[in-house]
Amino acid sequence: MTTHPLLDASGVAKNYGAVAALRNASLSVLPGEVHALMGANGAGKSTLVKILTGAISANAGRILVRGEARDIRSPAAARRAGLLPVYQEPSLIPDLDVLSNLRLTGTPVEPFRAWVRELGIPDLDIRDTARDIPLAVLRVLDLARALAVEPDVLLLDEMTAALPANLAEKVLEVVRRQGDSGRAVIFISHRFVEISALCDRATVLRDGETVGVVDIVPGVEEKIVELMLGTRIVKTHVAARSASEKAAPAPARPRLAVRNLRVGTKLNDVSFDLRDGEVAGVVALEGQGQDELFSALAGSIRPSGGTIEVDGQPAKFSHPIDAIRSGIAYVPGDRAEALAMQRSVRENIALPFSAALGNWGPIPMRRERAKVLNAIKRLQIDTRAQGEVQRLSGGNQQKVTIARWIAADARTILCFDPTRGIDVGTKQEIYHLLRELAGNGKSVLFYTSELEEVQRVCDRVIVIFGGRLVDILPVEEADEPALMRAAYGLPRGVKADIGVLADPQSPSSGTIP
Amino acid sequence: MSTSAITPVPFGRRVKRIMADRPLIPLTILLVILVVILQILRPGIVNERWIANTIKFAIPLAILAGCQTMTMLTGGIDLSVGTVATMSAFIMATQIVSQDPAVAFLLAMMPAVLIGLVNGIGVGVFRVHPLIMTLGTSLIGTGCLQVYQRTVIASGAKIPDFLAWLGTGVTSGFPNALLLFVPLAALIVFTLARTGFGRLLYAVGDNERATRLSGVQYWQVITALYITSSVLAGITGLLYIGLIKAPSLSLAEPLVLPSVAAAVIGGTSIFGGRGGYTGTIIGALILTVLTTLLTILQMPEGARRILFGLIVLFVTAAYLRIVEDR
Repeated sequence: MTTHPLLDASGVAKNYGAVAALRNASLSVLPGEVHALMGANGAGKSTLVKILTGAISANAGRILVRGEARDIRSPAAARRAGLLPVYQEPSLIPDLDVLSNLRLTGTPVEPFRAWVRELGIPDLDIRDTARDIPLAVLRVLDLARALAVEPDVLLLDEMTAALPANLAEKVLEVVRRQGDSGRAVIFISHRFVEISALCDRATVLRDGETVGVVDIVPGVEEKIVELMLGTRIVKTHVAARSASEKAAPAPARPRLAVRNLRVGTKLNDVSFDLRDGEVAGVVALEGQGQDELFSALAGSIRPSGGTIEVDGQPAKFSHPIDAIRSGIAYVPGDRAEALAMQRSVRENIALPFSAALGNWGPIPMRRERAKVLNAIKRLQIDTRAQGEVQRLSGGNQQKVTIARWIAADARTILCFDPTRGIDVGTKQEIYHLLRELAGNGKSVLFYTSELEEVQRVCDRVIVIFGGRLVDILPVEEADEPALMRAAYGLPRGVKADIGVLADPQSPSSGTIP
Repeated sequence: MSTSAITPVPFGRRVKRIMADRPLIPLTILLVILVVILQILRPGIVNERWIANTIKFAIPLAILAGCQTMTMLTGGIDLSVGTVATMSAFIMATQIVSQDPAVAFLLAMMPAVLIGLVNGIGVGVFRVHPLIMTLGTSLIGTGCLQVYQRTVIASGAKIPDFLAWLGTGVTSGFPNALLLFVPLAALIVFTLARTGFGRLLYAVGDNERATRLSGVQYWQVITALYITSSVLAGITGLLYIGLIKAPSLSLAEPLVLPSVAAAVIGGTSIFGGRGGYTGTIIGALILTVLTTLLTILQMPEGARRILFGLIVLFVTAAYLRIVEDR
């Protein structure tokens, strides 16, 4: 094709301190195309989108719009250049009605109404306050508001994520037509099924670099997965575990039995077992329902359906204390959520001891000290700055969050991405610790955003996509390509054509028209 | 730690660090400075009698400031302490006329427990902001007291001898009120430092979500806290009526804001998670000495208040600058 690209970004780089979020990203979008932007968690998708829409500025790189170099320094500048995003979070101001929201951004009302009707919402009252409008509709309104100003390039971030099927269908249809009218759409999605139905080409990012641009043709998923993983595609072998790290023999009755667990619209019909003496991994792309799964098991939120059994007894958790009494402890991914930052290491580790009403009296200082020191020693926490947890390094803070439950001797630990943002040495220690716990007959549920950790730590892997369980893989089969495929909702062992895969509504059958 | 051994730290910096690690030192220095100023302005005023008198007046303030310290550790505040103290004092003084002392005592403490319970449930269960919750119960309490006053207007009031002895008496140079205050203060300090409940107050104020994930039930902690605070305020009221000896409907109200100031000067953060009771006690002493100082300056009331406010602001700001520097 000889047409000039509508948007042409090249050599885009962005550093946060010493960390490079983007190294050398490029993206070229032709008029009339729907272009997918793909990459694993942390590949730099959202950074690139933020740069293109003026939310942050790049350290290096060139952005051409219709062949002209543009300096996109603010969202307003991006708008003037014809680039308009629709983010995952609704952007209408909740306390204003829809009409005032439109005025705020200078959006023409009539085209907006036309688009809203087109998108399948015939009866919208634009005097309604945004707060009273359901989330799914708000997202559609965001899209309509963007479409109404007729942008040259529309950037859609996970547009269909929160939409029910009928609305999603309308949205996809409109996006498709947007391409036909000579404009362009950049489409970010984790769903292959949408991408194959909608997009013409895909740009794949890995570690902040554009590693390939592919045409969407049948069978291209394998190629895309390969690009996202890069050289790591070579089948890795399960590291042989020493005898002491071997999982204890599994008893007949599972420690935790989760059946048909449902949390709102985020988690649907998830069933699995967790046995004593095993580390079960959970793998999912961001926001696929894993947060809700862990919160429900920890007693932080109430599930809306399904059952949880602990040691064969049905359990209902209405507060984390209920889960803790059953021996289930939750280590959240965000350390700031788990630690009293101004208090000492000792007080943080000993916090669960005082939780129950019966333990509000004088603290047996000597016994507490022994337990705390034991946990500190086991995790090798650097206690030089133990007066206040906030003075510890990230890795040591993370260790404190785990040490708390070692000291409390919890039988089951739910670890949510415990190695995020900590140094390699500490990561190794945490892997080792989790294996050791399993070796001592404890059970661990371990969500990780780094696929390579699965084979180092887990016995089995539970993969979740779109709130549903895709597959439970034994660790021998859980190499990175297999996990990546599963995380995108592609079932194991099927080298199927494009279009028949990954529809969360009909996981085993069905074709896309 | 290790760097300080290698490179010599400037003297000023080192002093600052010592003060940051031991916040009681700058507070004590300030207290001594104030006493010295007083002695210079009015030579000979600082004698045994003056000290006993200062302590007598500082004690009710210090106990109420203890209520503020504990509630502030969780990020709250208790503005109902003035009303609760007034209620217990007033009920005691009027009931003692016709009732057995023990019965009068129980009647006097009843509104304290009740208001504490309502505060605790409002803040802990219904998540009303403590400022609003305690202000509300304080107004309701004052209203109830006015209604109550009409029913006892004929019977009159008297101050029980024991309370007068406790409030004003001095035994061989020591105010009798110390008999109540020393064990009480020791109990508060011990509770905050060495009991599970004390730990939870700090932890809840620092990061409520973390305590929840550790199995702490917020409403239990908060309800127990506000009941404790109210009961302490009730006891203060009994002590205070022995000191002032004139029951009125606004007896302890003037102590409410100074009690907050004493806790803040003493180094307790109103955002929660940081502070302690020993600092608060010195804070209460500082405020009491400051009041005497301003009184002997013989300034008009307005100017005195302006100066008082300015000094409180200045002391708090300076103190935070010293302590927060890390």
